[in-house]
Amino acid sequence: MQKADHKKDNQLLDSNNVNSSTFKQSKLYFIQYILLGCWFGLLLTKAEVISWFRIQEMFRLQSFHMYGIIGSAVIVGMISVWTIKKLNIKTFNGEAVVIPRKEFNKGQIYGGLLFGAGWAITGACPGPLYVLIGSGASIIFITLLSAIAGTWFYGLIRSKLPH
Amino acid sequence: MIELLKQPWPWYVSGPLIGLMVPILFLAGNKAFGISSSLRHICAASVPLKISFFQYEWKQEAWNLFFALGMCIGGFLAMHYLANPIEVHPSLKNELLRYGITDYSGLVPVQLFNWHSLWTVRSFTMMIGGGFLIGFGTRYAGGCTSGHSITGLSTLQYPSLIATICFMIGGFIMVNLFLPFILSL
Repeated sequence: MQKADHKKDNQLLDSNNVNSSTFKQSKLYFIQYILLGCWFGLLLTKAEVISWFRIQEMFRLQSFHMYGIIGSAVIVGMISVWTIKKLNIKTFNGEAVVIPRKEFNKGQIYGGLLFGAGWAITGACPGPLYVLIGSGASIIFITLLSAIAGTWFYGLIRSKLPH
Repeated sequence: MIELLKQPWPWYVSGPLIGLMVPILFLAGNKAFGISSSLRHICAASVPLKISFFQYEWKQEAWNLFFALGMCIGGFLAMHYLANPIEVHPSLKNELLRYGITDYSGLVPVQLFNWHSLWTVRSFTMMIGGGFLIGFGTRYAGGCTSGHSITGLSTLQYPSLIATICFMIGGFIMVNLFLPFILSL
């Protein structure tokens, strides 16, 4: 059962990468994603999403800022995805856009609660960890290492956890 | 122009721009926007140790790691060329004052997160404990704020809605019930 799960998981991962040919267009591929990441890191900093104080305000209901950001991001994302589907817009390589489906399991509840707690303590989700390190908060490298350890520990005890 | 960019970007500008990452990544190479998977790829690349969860072709997903590297560079550029001071809500300032946190100049409170106090109980719990929860929780939940809350909700997937609600509940419980205790350690 568990084995089948892993297999499904890995298939899911594979299916995210429909066009494995892009991997071979090495240099352009690297540069494209470094640039996109760069833009996103800059955007998160200017949006103050990576500020510990903003996250505290969110969970204390002291400011609308984070709710406005997440809300408007989701609305724009929804409209974009709807448009892509409706007009059958293809990727730049001419492929059909594949939207991976997420299956429900109890992990979304337990894991969600745990991640929420970690987000609240550190004021960061995985993305902001990278951005904060770049912005000069070198100590966050320790938090990133610990997050990697957390992911690794999940992989280790995965079969014993309720899903 | 630069002066304008140096201002804080309000939520109604930055939020939609963040939302646009979803179609950009779909159209650029059929990638579902999500960051926390990069932590899994790092595990798979460095210490897989025959754990089946880390036995896969992580190199095929390497875009995620380049994206993460780009985010580091973006953070550097934003702080060095476009930084703006962050206004902190007065009632949050009041609360933090009780725990001796008075420096609001950084993106993270330097009095909590610094190399010097890493081995104090308070900072260790927050930096190492918090980080561990991020890594463990996101993978258990199958995604983070970008993968579930932005991409998942944009593509109308109800598991992502459940995950997002749980992120918020977990955060509210932590900040309002446990964090006051941790901060006073």
